[in-house]
Formats: sequence, C-alpha cells, structure tokens
Amino acid sequence: MKHVDIAVIGGGPAGLCAAISGASSGAKVLLMDRSEKLGGQLIKQTHMFFGSEKQYASVRGFDIADILLDKLNEYKDNIEIMNNTNVLGLYEDGVITIERNEKYEKIKPKSIVVATGASEKVLAFPNNDLPGIYGAGAVQTLMNVYGVKPGKRVLMVGAGNIGLIVSYQLMQAGVEIAAIIDASPTIGGYLVHASKIRRMGVPILTSHTVKEAIGRDCLESAVIWKLDENWNPIDGTEQEIETDVMCISVGLSPLSELLQQAECKMKYIPELGGQTVLRNENYETSVEGIYVAGDVSGVEEASSAMVEGYLAGLCAAQKIGFKHKNYNELKEDYIKQLESLRSGPIGHHIRSGIEKVMGV
Amino acid sequence: MLIKTGIPTIEDIKSVFPSEDRINKGPVAVIECYQEIPCNPCFTSCNRNAIKDFADINDKPLIEDELCNGCALCISACPGLAIMVVDGSYSENEVLIKIPYEFLPLPKEGDTVKGLNRAGEYITDVKVIKVQNPKSFDKTPIIHIAVDRKFLYDFRNIKVEEV
Ligand code: SF4
Ligand code: SF4
Repeated sequence: MKHVDIAVIGGGPAGLCAAISGASSGAKVLLMDRSEKLGGQLIKQTHMFFGSEKQYASVRGFDIADILLDKLNEYKDNIEIMNNTNVLGLYEDGVITIERNEKYEKIKPKSIVVATGASEKVLAFPNNDLPGIYGAGAVQTLMNVYGVKPGKRVLMVGAGNIGLIVSYQLMQAGVEIAAIIDASPTIGGYLVHASKIRRMGVPILTSHTVKEAIGRDCLESAVIWKLDENWNPIDGTEQEIETDVMCISVGLSPLSELLQQAECKMKYIPELGGQTVLRNENYETSVEGIYVAGDVSGVEEASSAMVEGYLAGLCAAQKIGFKHKNYNELKEDYIKQLESLRSGPIGHHIRSGIEKVMGV
Repeated sequence: MLIKTGIPTIEDIKSVFPSEDRINKGPVAVIECYQEIPCNPCFTSCNRNAIKDFADINDKPLIEDELCNGCALCISACPGLAIMVVDGSYSENEVLIKIPYEFLPLPKEGDTVKGLNRAGEYITDVKVIKVQNPKSFDKTPIIHIAVDRKFLYDFRNIKVEEV
C-alpha cells in the first residue's frame, strides 16, 4: 500500500489547480489521470476563456493547460504524477485502488480531492446509434487532439456554450455546419458566441429537436422538427437536413461514481447536471477527508473549476496539518472569485443549485 | 431576436453605437456585448480607461467615446469577438471598419472580399485595407475593411473565397 498526504483524482483544470494548491501548502500530492497527457478538456479548447485575469481570461484553453503545468512543475518535489492511470475504486475507509501498467495497486492518502469531471448526456431518438453521431467531446478530441475532421457537414444539437464553441471550431477547421438546433426556446450559451457563428451564416434554430436520424450504414440525413411552447413536437414542421455528422451537445452530468462508492451523500440537482454530491463551503463532502472540485461537484465553466480546485486543494491540505502561510487570504480570495463568477443572471441556476448542495 | 437567433436587431445595434458625429471624428470602438456574462478582458486590456470600471465582473461594458482613440487593443482581447473599431474619417464615401477574423485563408491587403451582415448574408463587396496578425494578438487577426458608408450598421463580417 502506497501512502501520500493528498491524492487528487483527475488532471483536468480542477485537479491541476488542486494539486498545485495542496503542494504549495507543503503537502505531498499524488495526481492521477487516466490519459497520457494532463490538462483534461483544456487541451482541446482553442478559444479564449472568459472570466477575469485571475482565471486566465482572454488566454486560449490549451495555453492555460501549459500555464498550469508550468506551475505544477514549480512544486515538482511535492507532486508525483501518475498518468495513464485508471482509478477503479474509492472505499469508505479512504483507500483508493488503481490500475496502471496492467498492475493493480492500492493507495492510502490522508485526504482526497475528487476532480473527475463530467460525462456527456445522451439524446434519445430513432437511429441514434448510427455511425456519424458523436458527442461534442469526441468531435473536439478528433479535431483538436488528433487533427482529424469528423466529416463534411455537421448538424449541431445543442446551443449551449459547448455546442456553440465546437461549431465555431469545426468551421475554423473547414467543416460546414448545416445548423445548430436546440429544444429550448432561447440560446443557452453566451450570446457573443452565438453571434459570431450566426454572422458566418449558420442558422441557429431554437425550439427545434431531432425527430430521427436516417442512414443505411452511417448517418446520411436527419429529420428535425419544431417544438411548441410546451416542448411538444408540431406535426408538419419536419425538415430533412443532409448531414454526415450529428454532434450531440445537450449537457453534462457529474461523473460521481467514485463518490457514490465512497458513500458520500448525493442529491439529484438538475441545475448542476444531475446526481450531485453534497458538500460544505470548503468543498468537503459528507465523508470526512474527501473533497471535490470542478464539474463533478456541479457542472459549470472551466474558470470556476480552476478556482474550486485551488480552494479544495488548500482546504484538503489544511485539514491534515499543512496550512498554507497565506491560508486565510487565499481562501477568502477564492471564495470571492467564485461568488463573482456566479453572481450575474447567467449564474442564476448555478446559485440555486449550489444552495441545494450546501450543508453537510 | 438576439436570444433566439443570435442576430441583434437594429435597435440593439444602435444602442451600442457611438454617435455618427463621434464616428466621423476618428476611430472608436463599438462593443456589442448585450448580455451580462462573467467576463472583463475588454476593460483590463484598455489602457486609456475608456471602458468604465466593472463594479461586478458580470457588468456589461460601457465605453466613454471621448476617451477611446480606437487603438483596437481590446478587439483581440475579447473572447466573444464582440468588439470592432469604426472610423468615419476615412474617406468621404467609406468608413474604415476593423474586425477580428479567426479563419483561414486570411485575406490579403488590396483584396476585394464579400461583406456580410450579422446574419452572415452578403451585402456588398468590400476592400481589404490592412491585415494585422502580430504575435501579441494571439491568433485573433484584425482586418481593416473599407465599407460604403450606407452599410455602417449592417456590415460585420467578411467571406474570403478560397482560391
Ligand atoms: S479601442 Fe483602444 S482606447 Fe478604445 S476601448 Fe478599445 S482598447 Fe480602449
Ligand atoms: S471582453 Fe468581450 S465578451 Fe468579455 S465583457 Fe468585454 S466585450 Fe463582452
């Protein structure tokens, strides 16, 4: 059994920041990620980030990954990185089991930050298993990690920030977007993103959903139809759209299996993406010593995930006796940053979701 | 409607445009950021304090036309690509409009390209005056376009035909 001070599960924006924060407090940190390369979804983000300077606003996502990796490197004496590592289990007694290099190992940390992120939701319609129908994350991986175009003409399903951003990136790669549709009557993503796609000539059709996908061996076209104000499809409004790629981007849900296994208290909170773990102000769950950060603690933007990571790492270290010399100021600053990121009208549903997770 | 289609109405557009008098005096930024979102690089990038201090990061940017000299620093800092600079002093019949443009191929100086409106529809042919793409713009090139004055409130994008 391997012993460490803090184990961080997941090397995306939240996990990287948690590791940096824990190590800078003086704790020995073990950072585990299932991929070869750390950075999580950041390495696929070619667009500039929103937020303020503290969350690297105006810097492109993949450059933020590099900034965080450099910071991580500053604390390399305190951080051990395990990439290509699958975390298999998280037990009530705080033991983590992993698979690495085809070997099964056990780890016993003093505290844990779970930063496993989120998974994509699926959409039910006839033939939704045809080749050519992808989740938005897969399309981004193909394009921005491997440099492969997923197809020629894409129907984007979902006008949230991810759907809008992936559409823009597809266009930059020279792929045509037939349309962006969304069942909701209004565009969910930032309107500045929507406008920059719309002025390239791409129609954005709100109150529209997929009726069915058509194709013999792979996707050839899709039938969409309009929804009325009660979200019921309207007969006679069907349109067939020629497309070889349908990209589904209808939201994310927290990837919380490990937390459930560890018997952390959960609650169904639609505003935060589904089954969400309950936590306190320090991002500690109902199981003492298990902390959370990023999308697994409620789906939000990457800017808040990073701040949550810093905060959870700071508190996870303090809990086991590694109090950062600027603990109080840092903690106050992170809490303020999160409040301000969530303070506007866009953050309204996040705020109402968070009210429901607080209090363990 | 903007929130349903992504296309701002002419009222939306006019609400953020400086007066034509100000535009005719020389370059000035037009910030089309109609929604409160947690974002402020426009404010932090402007070193003339032409964008009012954000009390809250969700505030919409407010520009003081008289302080703005149209330097265009904020254009490539804005992750929403929501800013352009218009200059009505350019020539009698044309305004010079500086827009961010993140697609390949980039146009070349002297090219004639298609001018598009905010729905991406063709409105008129326009002339490329200058293409700026230094490292400091971090992959958001700025294209200077001469546009017939009558399209001041319509023009917002270009289409470069591949050769
Ligand atoms: S154009 Fe220059 S002066 Fe005007 S708001 Fe932008 S950065 Fe400030
Ligand atoms: S930087 Fe752009 S998107 Fe962000 S607030 Fe300013 S104008 Fe709006």
